[in-house]
Amino acid sequence: MGMQGFLDIFDIYLLEAVINGILLGGVLALLALGLNLIFGVIDVTWICYAELVMIGMYAMYFMVQYYGLSYFVAAPFTILLVAMLGAALHFLVIAPLLTAPPINQLLATGGVLFVLQSFATVAFGIDFRNLGIRLPVLAFGDMNFSYARLLSFLAALVGMVCVYLFMTRTFTGTAIRAISQDRQIMALMGVDTRRIYLITSAIGGGLAGLAACLLVLQYDVHPFVGLSFGPITFLICVLGGLGNFIGGFIAAFVFAEIISLGGLFSDLEWGYVLAFAFFIVMMFIRPAGLLARRR
Amino acid sequence: MMEQGRLAAWGIGLAALVALPFVYRDPYHLHILVLILIWSFAYTSWSMMGRFGLVSLGHGGFMGIGAYVTALLWNHLGVSPWIGIPVSMVAAGALALIVGYPCFRFRITGHYFVLVTLALSGIVLQVITATRDYTGGSLGYTPNRASGNKLLALQFDDKITWYLIALGVWLFGIVVWHWVDRSMSRYALEAISEDEDAAAAAGVDVTAEKLKITLLSAVMTALAGAIYCQYQMFITPDTVSGIAVSLQMVFAAIVGGLFVSLGPTFGAVITILLAETLRIGFGTKAVGWDNLVYGVLLVLFIIFLPKGILGSLLDRLKPQRKVPRAHEQEAVQIARPGT
Repeated sequence: MGMQGFLDIFDIYLLEAVINGILLGGVLALLALGLNLIFGVIDVTWICYAELVMIGMYAMYFMVQYYGLSYFVAAPFTILLVAMLGAALHFLVIAPLLTAPPINQLLATGGVLFVLQSFATVAFGIDFRNLGIRLPVLAFGDMNFSYARLLSFLAALVGMVCVYLFMTRTFTGTAIRAISQDRQIMALMGVDTRRIYLITSAIGGGLAGLAACLLVLQYDVHPFVGLSFGPITFLICVLGGLGNFIGGFIAAFVFAEIISLGGLFSDLEWGYVLAFAFFIVMMFIRPAGLLARRR
Repeated sequence: MMEQGRLAAWGIGLAALVALPFVYRDPYHLHILVLILIWSFAYTSWSMMGRFGLVSLGHGGFMGIGAYVTALLWNHLGVSPWIGIPVSMVAAGALALIVGYPCFRFRITGHYFVLVTLALSGIVLQVITATRDYTGGSLGYTPNRASGNKLLALQFDDKITWYLIALGVWLFGIVVWHWVDRSMSRYALEAISEDEDAAAAAGVDVTAEKLKITLLSAVMTALAGAIYCQYQMFITPDTVSGIAVSLQMVFAAIVGGLFVSLGPTFGAVITILLAETLRIGFGTKAVGWDNLVYGVLLVLFIIFLPKGILGSLLDRLKPQRKVPRAHEQEAVQIARPGT
């Protein structure tokens, strides 16, 4: 193999990494959308968001592996379950703290993170588990892509489009958007904020549930799996501007590319480190987020 | 009078704490005490910035750097912890400045600050795991046993020495806490936590004040990590770094009381006794149960008792809010004539 052959292979790996980055970006964008929705509407950050995903992954695992449900039957149940978890989280933890300093709400969800992690440890043990579904690999030219990633990307896009349609085409969606613009006035206009908050939390949970259905195809589930994509989701949201849906969407793909390309040259963990370094640099350049409106 | 009484109480308490291991030698109980003192120091370090509304979830990262840098320098380069610990503290301080400066310069506060620092501790955990060829990854890491001088290697076999070291470090933390409490920086930082723009308009250098307290807090946390490593002689990424450790610090400080000097210490006593009781009660089945109880308590405390146990008790004992300074007393007199 000559120098030319080496370069060809290198380019193909690079292209493969770029495309895999885009595919990863879909799921990250889905997670960022859920977190941004909650923040934009309720002004709360769910530190435990990735742990909700973890619970959803366990739900998928048990429904598919233990009760023999097909993947596509189990998925809606998982989404529903995590959506209910999201609503419960709001009702039990956030609602009593709505008038407290914002930092208290955030720390309380940190407590929920502990609870969910240790609940999974106590209930399911610390073993790594997977669905046992091995989806075929799609060969495209010399490049290989897993169907799991392709499916995740498409499903994540569909999920985001559904949320978009819900937000723009329904009355409830319009009310949610209105509340994110002005929390005080909408209550005076006759919108029941408590109901809207609950619905938003359920949608946020549902998005986490969808992400769980997709991530469980690619990753083993264990009680601490949330820690491997939770921090990166937070960075995405901060870089995109908390509550800014489009900023989060773009930032998700930027980060996914960095992780994917960084992983090409080294371990995946170094991709995360690279993403964090990029984040610090970006804070100097655009401190209020990628798409910040100048105040 | 009040001040003298307080000093006397501190003196008697300290004398009792120093005398304790010479009277009472049960190794298990001394071990628990050493752990409580080391973690109290870490929690106190966290609360030094936490009390000013600078809620950092990155302190797990600083603690991990303190522990791992010290141990790595000793094992790979043979550098004594006496040099390794200061180096690790400088490293943690440098990281605190690199992350803190853009945060403070560009007014990244509240949610944003928490999320950035949260990512920081996540990243430190990832780095320790990724460099598994050197750090042993998630399986943990053991500093080599010293063959020669134990003092040079900062490795001691008897619990009494460690108890006294931990007591000294803890006392140092409390002294620094009071030193900050009496400094001008405290007023500046309190003003900043109330309203950054107003504080800046009043002539407070917001970025510099925040950086100073962050640096101090991070460096002390690294020291706690290094001392923990030297005492336990075994560290894993999960016990000294990462989000869980950061949240544990927040939890203990909040349960004990964020705004009183002994609050974090009180929190450490409660959390470590709770964990030990659960461990003894449940045996190996306890894995996970202690954190489950922690988590539930953290949520309940934030909802029902945000000032912490010690803070609320002190509030209950004093009907009026504590008025510590003479000029503040005058201000109260003016505001409420007749009291």
